[in-house]
Amino acid sequence: MMRPMSKIVRSMGGVLYPLIAVFGGYLILHGHLTPGGGFQGGAVAASAVALVVVAYGGTLYKKGVLSTVESFGLLLFLGAGLIGMSAAFFANTLANAGGLFGDAVSFGVTDAGLNTGGTVPLMNIAVGCEVIGGLGLIILALSKAAFTREVD
Amino acid sequence: MISLADGVQIVVLAGIVLSALFVVRMRDLISAAVALGACSLLLSLEFYILQAPDVAIAEAGVGAALTTAIFIFAIKGTQRREDY
Repeated sequence: MMRPMSKIVRSMGGVLYPLIAVFGGYLILHGHLTPGGGFQGGAVAASAVALVVVAYGGTLYKKGVLSTVESFGLLLFLGAGLIGMSAAFFANTLANAGGLFGDAVSFGVTDAGLNTGGTVPLMNIAVGCEVIGGLGLIILALSKAAFTREVD
Repeated sequence: MISLADGVQIVVLAGIVLSALFVVRMRDLISAAVALGACSLLLSLEFYILQAPDVAIAEAGVGAALTTAIFIFAIKGTQRREDY
């Protein structure tokens, strides 16, 4: 397991970590309106995880939590595909239907509505969970492997 | 006559080349990894200037942050100075 770094790195990591994590969540949730989306927001949020693992050592994150987040992302993506099974697999039946992400988009130059897009925001959230879990697990496994050297 | 946007691009591209030279020349491998992160960050700025914000966000997240962390783990697991 990796040792914690100096006090300067730890305090700066503690200040920057919530800002980076919130920006990653913003990129995921606004993926259907602005540049960014599931992968980009997930990569930014996973860099927040990497910052904490580098600064504080790998003890704050558990392997099971990140693995559960990754499995939840996969299941949510499959579920978002199965929602439209009345028409076809991955059919966007939630769009313009009212309810969750179901507002109709008005014509012309207007403000973008967050509650639009149907299953596209759901898939962005699923891909974001998947990328956070996968990249976080890679970082955690590498931080463990860096200090378990074989003695030969 | 060079316009302002062209001047910004020249400065950013010169910074990319300069930081890449630092990556090759540094003897301290942690410094080389940080210089590689700076090179990647300038590359994402160049993507943003060329009106590809999607690619810029992905490059900043993966290239500047995650690969630097992975290189730091690899250097911590082996040795910090380059000797030959």
